[in-house]
Amino acid sequence: MDFDLSDEQRLLKESVDRLVADRYDFESRNRFRSEPDGFSREIWAQFAELGLLAVPFAEEHGGIGGGPVETMIVAEAFGRGLVVEPYLSTVILGGGLLRHGGSEAQKAEILPAVAAGETTLAFAQVERGSRYDLFDVATTARQDGEGWILNGEKGVVLHGDSADRLLVTARTGGSRRDRHGIGLFLVDAKAPGISRRGYPTQDGMRAAEISFDNVRVGPDGVLGDPGGALLVVERVADEAIAALCAESLGIMDRMRDLTVEYIKTRKQFGVAIGSFQALQHRAADMVVAIEQARSMTYFATMMAGEDNAAERASAIAAAKVQIGRSGRFVGQQAVQLHGGVGVTMEYSIGHYFKRMTMIDTAFGDADHHLSRLAEGGGLFKAA
Amino acid sequence: MDLRFTPEENAFRQEVRGFFRDNLDPALRAKLVAGHHFSKQELVDWTRVLNAKGWGVPHWPVEHGGTGWTPVQQYIFLEELQAFPAPAPLAFGVNMVGPVIYTFGSEEQKTHFLPRIANMDDWWCQGFSEPGSGSDLASLKTKAVREGDHYVVNGQKTWTTLAQHADWIFCLVRTDPAAKKQEGISFLLIDMKTPGITVRPIQTIDGGVEVNEVFFDDVRVPVGNLVGQENKGWDYAKFLLGNERTNIARVGVSKERLRRIRELAAIERIGEEPMIRNPRFREKLAAVEVELKALEMTQLRVVAAERTREKGKPDPASSVLKIKGSEIQQMTTELLLDVVGPYALPYAPEPDADAHLSNEPPIGPDWASSVAPTYFNWRKVSIYGGSNEIQRQIIAKAILGL
Ligand SMILES: Cc1cc2nc3c(=O)[nH]c(=O)nc-3n(C[C@H](O)[C@H](O)[C@H](O)COP(=O)(O)OP(=O)(O)OC[C@H]3O[C@@H](n4cnc5c(N)ncnc54)[C@H](O)[C@@H]3O)c2cc1C
Repeated sequence: MDFDLSDEQRLLKESVDRLVADRYDFESRNRFRSEPDGFSREIWAQFAELGLLAVPFAEEHGGIGGGPVETMIVAEAFGRGLVVEPYLSTVILGGGLLRHGGSEAQKAEILPAVAAGETTLAFAQVERGSRYDLFDVATTARQDGEGWILNGEKGVVLHGDSADRLLVTARTGGSRRDRHGIGLFLVDAKAPGISRRGYPTQDGMRAAEISFDNVRVGPDGVLGDPGGALLVVERVADEAIAALCAESLGIMDRMRDLTVEYIKTRKQFGVAIGSFQALQHRAADMVVAIEQARSMTYFATMMAGEDNAAERASAIAAAKVQIGRSGRFVGQQAVQLHGGVGVTMEYSIGHYFKRMTMIDTAFGDADHHLSRLAEGGGLFKAA
Repeated sequence: MDLRFTPEENAFRQEVRGFFRDNLDPALRAKLVAGHHFSKQELVDWTRVLNAKGWGVPHWPVEHGGTGWTPVQQYIFLEELQAFPAPAPLAFGVNMVGPVIYTFGSEEQKTHFLPRIANMDDWWCQGFSEPGSGSDLASLKTKAVREGDHYVVNGQKTWTTLAQHADWIFCLVRTDPAAKKQEGISFLLIDMKTPGITVRPIQTIDGGVEVNEVFFDDVRVPVGNLVGQENKGWDYAKFLLGNERTNIARVGVSKERLRRIRELAAIERIGEEPMIRNPRFREKLAAVEVELKALEMTQLRVVAAERTREKGKPDPASSVLKIKGSEIQQMTTELLLDVVGPYALPYAPEPDADAHLSNEPPIGPDWASSVAPTYFNWRKVSIYGGSNEIQRQIIAKAILGL
């Protein structure tokens, strides 16, 4: 049992922590958000330079061959800075789908460009009626000679408006909620027949509604088995959830620090409000919730690479439940303890609170995962 | 003990509901249902409809335009208003400064201001909180110095709700810096058009602008605008805050929200089934309904006790109403987040309340865009009106004697 980081991991942590501390204060973030793509291309280039965009990829694809722990380190730091760049969509989701589902040629074409910061990706998966079920896919892919033709609507595609390439789930067979018959397609975001409606999100990022109207995909645009992509999608969603847990942890740690700092300095009734036992206990409860979340983030990180899909799924579901619950509590208390300033745009605490809230709705909220976990027989099964 | 409404009370409820049905613009009702804001003019017009009917200020004494209804009727009216839903008349006028004026104000103040409040000829805002004085309101620093027949006011108020629309502001100001902090405060009525007043908006986390900072720089206020006696303002403020807290339970508002959640959950699906058939979700919803029913009964107990309570003295149980009422309102905003799912994410700035509807189709379900902003914004209800921590403090001291 070893919770310590290796030397290389510590170096990675130091460099990403420093970058966030130096370049990602609250005002800079506001500036980055207002750039045309909703994030800073310059910061993105710095991420590339530091090797952050290369973390999970193999060396032959321009990567540094990191695993879930390295991803956790980066995501946690990004949580502390409320980083708005498309890391999740490009590196974790798009990159992950290619890593697990792509052919050698597809990986060789795209991953080095991702690692170098030249290509961004987005995962077009959610549909208006799919809610959190990854297998609920109505968008269709019809075989057409050697290639495919896509038709359908995808929604809340994170960074879908600025991405260069899209990874799209579409049905090649079966009916809407079948586990079989789901394919994964790689398309140029500007391909004819694609229209994108981009918009800001509640947590300061960007997303898009994307419609596919007879979009042609060549034979080289399908990832793996055109009817059997769900396993890859589920694996990558689990990795994404692990990364979101780590990001949440960064957010919660920051909310605790900001709140403690605030109640130490804010005076009412002639004393710092942090001297009131009612608030001390509330802050202590925040710590308890955060430590539970930290532990489950480590658990998720440990299990993100697990090959037994059922075990991995329960572990990840459990972690998402904990993160959802802790995040809700910590966010609400952080705002409450700030009093009125907690609900203003001018203070950063509200922005952490909003991002934390939205993470719950990404890849399934706490209730969704609680059901999943319960249906799978829970965590502690009879021996 | 008979907890049922009498046939007369039920008939009264039908009458009220019928009036709302016949007189409230359905488009305005739809805005409320969707969780959108309405415009200043819409509220003014609606208030005048109520006032023309004689229902503008039902809870005021009859000689000032009240209806003489029993406390139970008052309750039914308010609940119907909230649950319909119809816009509530502006609390700063009808629930806050109005009662202060008719209880403590001069004859001139009563004659001039009360009818204007009832008819919304004046928009009022509340200038109590300051940057350094929130929960510890009595530490406020904005000062008023008597110069002949004027007070000269200097200082700053903050969190002033809808001050951008206001014609008048009622303020707590310090008139005796030497006295104990509660004893040097006065209650002033200030015309927002007086030179030296600046309003600066504060944006809330949902993207809206409903609160402001208000700055006073040598603002000259006629002494006739002092309410009651100089340095007695704290007593009037306590009276006012007691009224604020009973209205804060908002049982009707939560009822309307829960009904709507049930409706939406019958449309949204989890998998093949409507969400309302999902056991986890519907039990969560039912649990909030239980809390709300209990709150409603508590509210009715407080209403019933009003008959025997010493006049003008708020019930300490109003802190219970404030805590539970705000928590339940917040729970309903969380349930809506559950219902909307991934479509909570898109941020669509609310169109100006006066603007024509845009012809861009909504992103996701047409009711989705207000869900997350309402959840964010509603964190305020456990902060304002005396925070829930302060309410617990009141219960511990005033009810439990700790
Ligand atoms: C949206 C909104 C609208 C508002 N509208 C108005 C308005 O129109 N007019 C107006 O005058 N004011 C208004 N307010 C101000 C509101 O009344 C104050 O925000 C409230 O009194 C809390 O003060 P504060 O924000 O300074 O927080 P603080 O008093 O600084 O409190 C910070 C935290 O400390 C806690 N705390 C403070 N003292 C104690 C204690 N003794 N024991 C335990 N915990 C304690 C509080 O509960 C809170 O959690 C509004 C506020 C908001 C958010």
